[in-house]
Amino acid sequence: MSTLLWGALPYIAFALLVAGLVWRHRYDKFGWTTRSSQVYESRLLNIASPAFHYGILFVLAGHLVGLFVPESWTRSLGVSEHTYHLFSLYGGTAAGVLTVLGIVLLIYRRRTNSPVFRATTVNDKLMYVVLLGAIVLGMIAKLAHTSGDGYNYRETIAPWARSLFTLRPRTELMEGVPVLYQVHAVIGMALIALVPYTRLVHMFSAPVQYLFRPYVVYRSRDPRQLGPRPPRRGWERTDA
Amino acid sequence: MRPMAQIAMVMNLDKCIGCHTCSVTCKQAWTNRSGMEYVWFNNVETRPGQGYPRRYEDQEKWRGGWELNRRGALRLKAGGRLHKLAGIFSNPELPEIKDYYEPWTYDYRNLTEAPLGDDFPVARPVSQLTGKPMKIEWSSNWDDNLAGAPELAEQDPMVQRLREQASEKVKFSFEETFMFYLPRICEHCLNPSCVASCPSGAMYKRTEDGIVLVDQDRCRGWRMCVTGCPYKKVYFNHRTGKAEKCTLCYPRVEVGLPTVCSETCVGRLRYLGVMLYDADRVTAAASTADDKALYEAQLGVFLDPEDPAVRSAAEEAGIPHDWVEAARRSPVHALISKYRVALPLHPEYRTMPMVWYIPPLSPVVDALTGTGHDGEDLDNLFGAIDTLRIPLEYLAELFTAGDVGPVRASLGRLAAMRSHMRALNLGDPPDASIAASVGMSGTEIEEMYRLLAIAKYEERYVIPTAAVGDARRLEESALPDGCSLDYEGGPGMGGDGPFGQDSGRRRLPLVSVENFHVLRRRQTTDREDT
Ligand code: HEM
Ligand code: SF4
Ligand code: SF4
Repeated sequence: MSTLLWGALPYIAFALLVAGLVWRHRYDKFGWTTRSSQVYESRLLNIASPAFHYGILFVLAGHLVGLFVPESWTRSLGVSEHTYHLFSLYGGTAAGVLTVLGIVLLIYRRRTNSPVFRATTVNDKLMYVVLLGAIVLGMIAKLAHTSGDGYNYRETIAPWARSLFTLRPRTELMEGVPVLYQVHAVIGMALIALVPYTRLVHMFSAPVQYLFRPYVVYRSRDPRQLGPRPPRRGWERTDA
Repeated sequence: MRPMAQIAMVMNLDKCIGCHTCSVTCKQAWTNRSGMEYVWFNNVETRPGQGYPRRYEDQEKWRGGWELNRRGALRLKAGGRLHKLAGIFSNPELPEIKDYYEPWTYDYRNLTEAPLGDDFPVARPVSQLTGKPMKIEWSSNWDDNLAGAPELAEQDPMVQRLREQASEKVKFSFEETFMFYLPRICEHCLNPSCVASCPSGAMYKRTEDGIVLVDQDRCRGWRMCVTGCPYKKVYFNHRTGKAEKCTLCYPRVEVGLPTVCSETCVGRLRYLGVMLYDADRVTAAASTADDKALYEAQLGVFLDPEDPAVRSAAEEAGIPHDWVEAARRSPVHALISKYRVALPLHPEYRTMPMVWYIPPLSPVVDALTGTGHDGEDLDNLFGAIDTLRIPLEYLAELFTAGDVGPVRASLGRLAAMRSHMRALNLGDPPDASIAASVGMSGTEIEEMYRLLAIAKYEERYVIPTAAVGDARRLEESALPDGCSLDYEGGPGMGGDGPFGQDSGRRRLPLVSVENFHVLRRRQTTDREDT
């Protein structure tokens, strides 16, 4: 069991992530979009979406630092363990609260605004269950272990996560970890696996290149193709 | 000098009868799909009126187009790059569908299936967004023919601006008002702010013909272009999550056919042709400090295809010979640069629009004949153009950022044409001073008359095909740079994926089979079990 969860699942999730991204890039660029619902409703979204995104991006950065930056590195930067944990506890919790408020508002909006709800696919619903599960369990795990400096995942979960890169996962490290953290980690891996198959794929196209390109883009017509094209997805004839 | 070619359009507003045929045919061709119910790449709005989407010209609210920053450089009105990315999670200036209008259909089934009763069954309107019955309260041409103008047209941003500036009210009482139709499509701008707003770089301007397009495979639905376009001519397909816009019917234009909206125009008021322009001068012209000087600045960007230096530079820049020749015969070039009767729509947005308009003389003529005067007498017309200040200033707000000079000049030429041609038609010798008074010669006026009034198909649309240009390119290289069948979806499509040619693409739309099912479904939709 332990080998399955902490030795195999991470690789399966990662493989699904990469395979999904490649598949999407190769065969479904047309489906790669945020599917923004702002044209239906923007008042709530104007609050909920920035709150959620700024929150989750901070949380994401926190996870990367927490899991993949070893204690020794932060210590050599002169950050004591105590300061690090205070920062992680308060910063992380603040971002977490923002994220939770954001996602709750997003889901409320999705459910109650009827055009938005009608535009919600089964895929979106599944995505929201897993995403909400990961976020909420993460928050619960964090808040359930606040005594002292909080649970020190930097001695168990983080080394395990780093050991994944060596292809020799140290699964034994995860065995003593509190159950809440274990469940959070499993849902998190499920989420990673799901990303390319849901609308979450939009996070991989964050348009940073916009900062560097000239404003007006010129492109040549495809010289090999003139006149009518075969129908593309979204451009088929309607029959209704 | 860096010459580039652009397919541009001119619309002669005097001839527009507001029939909406262009809108309907365009919709049938391009936007009759779900997710696009509310979208009209071509719409016809009555002016004065709020337009579509409602009050889109109020850029203080919608923040489309460019503005000058303190240093006098161009900046997107909706904010710079960092500002855009920071606000990407929710675009505060995005119009909602309800700012266009809530699309609806009718519950037709009730007409045939309502149980027998005392009342006639009715087909109630049903919202295409919520699927629920709705009250229709707005549409893309709700204020058609000044419907509801006393309340609605007051909200026209241009009427409001006029009121602020001229401290005079545009009157909407029946006797005192004026109106005309304004068909609008994407302007295929030289300095497109929609392209500049797209974070993904999915929007682009084609180098060959200047058509502005959205790459559907690269668009990621950040919906910044919708805000970026001051004419609100990029639309968000709410089902696919991608932006779409007028394509200038490029599959037709490429093979030398006019766009659908032009081809089907009943009033034959649209002109299509090539404009040559100097790409190096665009930014400087768009940064002209004075809004009112932008019209002249844009004229300065265009190149004269009769100039041998321009012609050789164009050929050097790779513009095919037949395009340069088409530019010489271009009706659009004649109306814009030679006769100077066409004016750009809202040059103050600084996008350098390329669909221009010949302002309507008819409000003036109508007012004249309404008061029992001769609407073709030049002195009467000139006098009326000057006394009917309101229409003139309103037109100036639309076409020249409020400068009445160019509008008056354009209307003057149209008026001169009326008088000159009346003399000819009555067999009188035309008075040469008429033409001279508007800075034209008699033959020029007659040529302009031919273009505007006779408006032969071949003279309205002078569209070089893309293929001839390509043929030259192929001639020049012994071996073309790829298999000619090797384009996407073509029979020789290179590079099949690991799962075979059709994997994930949903190709193979066997047309006959598809049509069979479509027809069958259409013929049997009234049956309960289908
Ligand atoms: C990396 C940068 C990211 C950008 C630029 C971005 C941008 C966007 C945008 C523009 C939308 C559409 C909002 C709308 O108009 O309806 C959206 C929706 C959404 N994003 Fe992101 N996103 C990013 C990362 C993420 C991440 C990391 C997650 C979660 C793990 C996430 C989860 C979501 C969800 C769940 C929605 C749907 C909201 C709804 O219910 O409408 N995004 N995002
Ligand atoms: S009018 Fe067309 S080209 Fe110009 S900014 Fe709008 S969408 Fe872009
Ligand atoms: S050019 Fe084509 S796509 Fe554009 S408005 Fe006209 S018909 Fe529609």
